Amino acid sequence: MAYVIPTHPDEPHHAPQSFWTRYVWSQDHKVIAVQYGCTAIAVGLVGLVLSNLMRLQLGFPGQFAFIDAERYYQFVTMHGMIMVIYLLTALFLGGFGNYLIPLMVGARDMVFPYLNMLSFWFYLLSVIVLMASFFVPGGPTGAGWTLYPPQAILPGTPGHDWGIIVMLVSLLIFIVAATMGGLNYVTTVLQARCQGMTLLRMPLSVWGIFVATILALLAFPALFVSGVMMLFDKTLGTSFFMPSLVSMGQMSAHKGGSPLLFQHLFWFFGHPEVYIVALPAFGIVSDLISVHARKAIFGYRTMVWAIVAIGGLSFVVWAHHMFVSGMNPYFGFFFATSTLIIAVPTAIKVYNWLLTLWRGDIHLSVPMLFALAFMLTFLLGGLTGLFLGNVSVDIPLSGTYFVVAHFHMVMGVAPLLVVFGGIYHWFPKITGRMLDDRLGHLHFWVTFLGTYAIFFPMHYLGLLGMPRRYHHFTDYEFIPASAHAFNAWITVIALIVGAVQMVFVFNLLWSAFRGRKAGPNPWQAASLEWSTPETPPAHGNWGPELPVVHRWAYAYSVPGAPLDFIAQHAPPGEGGAEPTYGGSHEHLGR
Amino acid sequence: MAITVVLFIVVLASLLFHWLTPWWITPLASNWGRMDQTLWITFLVTGIFFTIISLVLVWTIWRYRHRTGHKAAYEPDNPRLERWLIGITTVGIVGLLAPGLVVYADYVRPPSEAMVLEVVGEQWQWRFRFEGPDGRLGGTDTRFVTPENPFGLDPADARGLDDILVSGNEVHVPLNRPIHVFARSRDVLHDFYVPPFRARMNIVPGQVSSFWFTPTVAGRYESMCAQLCGVGHPNMRGTVIVEPEPSFRAWLGRQGTFTAALAAAAAAKAQGPAVGDPLVDRGRALAGAKGCTACHSIDGHTIVGPTWKGLFGKMESMDDGTAAKVDEAYLRDFIRNPTARSVKGYPPVMPKVELTDPELDALIAYIKALAPQ
Repeated sequence: MAYVIPTHPDEPHHAPQSFWTRYVWSQDHKVIAVQYGCTAIAVGLVGLVLSNLMRLQLGFPGQFAFIDAERYYQFVTMHGMIMVIYLLTALFLGGFGNYLIPLMVGARDMVFPYLNMLSFWFYLLSVIVLMASFFVPGGPTGAGWTLYPPQAILPGTPGHDWGIIVMLVSLLIFIVAATMGGLNYVTTVLQARCQGMTLLRMPLSVWGIFVATILALLAFPALFVSGVMMLFDKTLGTSFFMPSLVSMGQMSAHKGGSPLLFQHLFWFFGHPEVYIVALPAFGIVSDLISVHARKAIFGYRTMVWAIVAIGGLSFVVWAHHMFVSGMNPYFGFFFATSTLIIAVPTAIKVYNWLLTLWRGDIHLSVPMLFALAFMLTFLLGGLTGLFLGNVSVDIPLSGTYFVVAHFHMVMGVAPLLVVFGGIYHWFPKITGRMLDDRLGHLHFWVTFLGTYAIFFPMHYLGLLGMPRRYHHFTDYEFIPASAHAFNAWITVIALIVGAVQMVFVFNLLWSAFRGRKAGPNPWQAASLEWSTPETPPAHGNWGPELPVVHRWAYAYSVPGAPLDFIAQHAPPGEGGAEPTYGGSHEHLGR
Repeated sequence: MAITVVLFIVVLASLLFHWLTPWWITPLASNWGRMDQTLWITFLVTGIFFTIISLVLVWTIWRYRHRTGHKAAYEPDNPRLERWLIGITTVGIVGLLAPGLVVYADYVRPPSEAMVLEVVGEQWQWRFRFEGPDGRLGGTDTRFVTPENPFGLDPADARGLDDILVSGNEVHVPLNRPIHVFARSRDVLHDFYVPPFRARMNIVPGQVSSFWFTPTVAGRYESMCAQLCGVGHPNMRGTVIVEPEPSFRAWLGRQGTFTAALAAAAAAKAQGPAVGDPLVDRGRALAGAKGCTACHSIDGHTIVGPTWKGLFGKMESMDDGTAAKVDEAYLRDFIRNPTARSVKGYPPVMPKVELTDPELDALIAYIKALAPQ
């Protein structure tokens, strides 16, 4: 059974006294989650502005003279890195993970609160260092977010002197932060669950974040070592990734290194990274769908095993990013096969979301709208992944706008829709107030339809063969005028979608102080975080007694029950036990 | 409510767009028609899954939307249904993967009778090499790379002396003959991408990568770099001309060999810009060290920017319609602030290079020395 943290409310390491210890140097997981969340959203807005600047150049080439080739590549690189690492990873693990894990498993806090605080401050430091790269001589690196050597550290690439060093240092600090946080989340899930909270009673949000954290702990070291090795190549003149070469007419002193080694290390991190972002999204969206459709999640155990299977398989598919990299071509057979296998557990998740909605009582609240939009977006992004995972289909499409459209759909827009849905869903617990519904609808419709209108047709530019990471496409005969016109259209929509995110930020700020008061459980949800004695939950979460759990988190619309949900901690006599397997299902209801 | 209508429209619009799209794969010009077939199969299978799942989603939201009195069913699982769905998905996946792997098995095995074409990438231009009469390519190494020997061929390797070298971004290949491309880079990553050929591979410094294709339609095709290689990446383009064997042979015959290139270099050395002026020498060294010569040739041909041969004293037309005489002040302004103006006919991509005033003086002296006084 789970280890329980001592329950004295006046534990010495807890008990924040002043404003500073309560809100700044806080060791409370909820405050740290909000700190993580606010920082991630702030840096995400920088990433958003960068994407709009890029789009200005692509839509109206040459009209905005300050976006020259050098700046363009810097914007591309910083946009990618910010969105993948400093926004999505930090927000899902540091933000949602921090807030939800202790509340959902019935713990008073993370098991290492001090480490948790350090994790946030290291994350903030990594963000500050990253932002500093805009101000170093030569500006930030423009090597693309994949930072491929040798160009990342050679003349001809923007920021090859200072920018790349600052970027690598920032990543190393981020990994330290993620590791401190990650050890905490894993230990808390394994050791601090309240009585009755078995692993197979945990909400899928916790499962998604838990497995994603394990992936992060195993994958980030690959990025860490490659970052250190590239720093050595840059500053000490080692040759891990640097073969003998002639750069800009100058013979370099490097010798014998392998650029492909970096790509292998990078994608050994990079592919699990996709699932570090996707698995928490899978988990959270499962909970949103189940709560707002008032229906038990369909096939809970299959969902858990699918998360675990996807997590495991994500470590043996990395080289599908490298089908045309120049690696031994025979690897293609293995990696195409493993990649397409991973589609099976992923497809199961989509079916089970659909089957959860089936015969449900679907409340079209704002979180649910985001969850439904996620399903369509993710379906499309997942299916286009089958093009790129299948090696001989990938060969002509690799490096084109098809890839750009695919990964934006599947790991940009889809997880962000879940982020938004999750924020609309849990905001009342975090602040005690509801987000404004009308602004929420406006935010939803423009974001969903805008991103779909941008990225769906973009696949077809890739089919045509338009290569990504081009500053301009002037004078190509095979690119028709319609494609240039479409680029302008994308830019206009991207600007609108970007502007609407300000509505979201305004909604967050305004509603936090002026929003309609929420009850303790506005969505009538069964999972444990909605049963805290106070809303927002006080320090220590649970008052004098830890909750005791008697069932799974999905006891919705149980036949015979007075309400359409039975809380996880309701007395055992109220029924709604989780299904057991290998037996009949008759005992399920009562 | 609105969401069902909108999702339905989105799904229909997506399908409609697929049929009406103005953008589609470029007309095939190689033997890799089976790659297109695999793409077609993938569209078919994923299209079926997309249509069914998204329409079921729309219908489910419509049918089971919340209304007063409506209550959800309780059915937490259905192992039989799940097994069926896993089975159907697996069949779909196998249907995609199997044909893909069969095509790929051909892709990794180039025919032995294929003609060898070496593609050499460098920031930001292409070079090409063909085997000479001996049917072999000579060895190369970066340490042999000089302005006179840009391919880095080993002068001591007899196999390389008859190799046919093509500097410049245009290459010809014979129609209907398998071509085994060996790709090499002397600086950073590149990718030789000609969309109608389908086949391609990244080019990685320190190793040779390869792929093969058979051009099947005569014509002129645009090639480009498809792996980010620095600020000049979008300008790294070229042309592949597919033509019948006799005209290809004739073209190849007009290209020089390595032996000829060595001889020409020796001759040119004698009449290069005046050697001896220390300022010009410093400028020459700087032009290499700062990377200027990657875009600006000194022999009259255009790489990315204007050649420096004869540049000084010339009139240049600007994109904004004005014209300017290239003098010291012009060069000084342009190098200091390369994006303030843009010369007609050249992409506005010149990066700002950090130069001290004495360095700038030396560089300008060198450019001056490259024009007849």
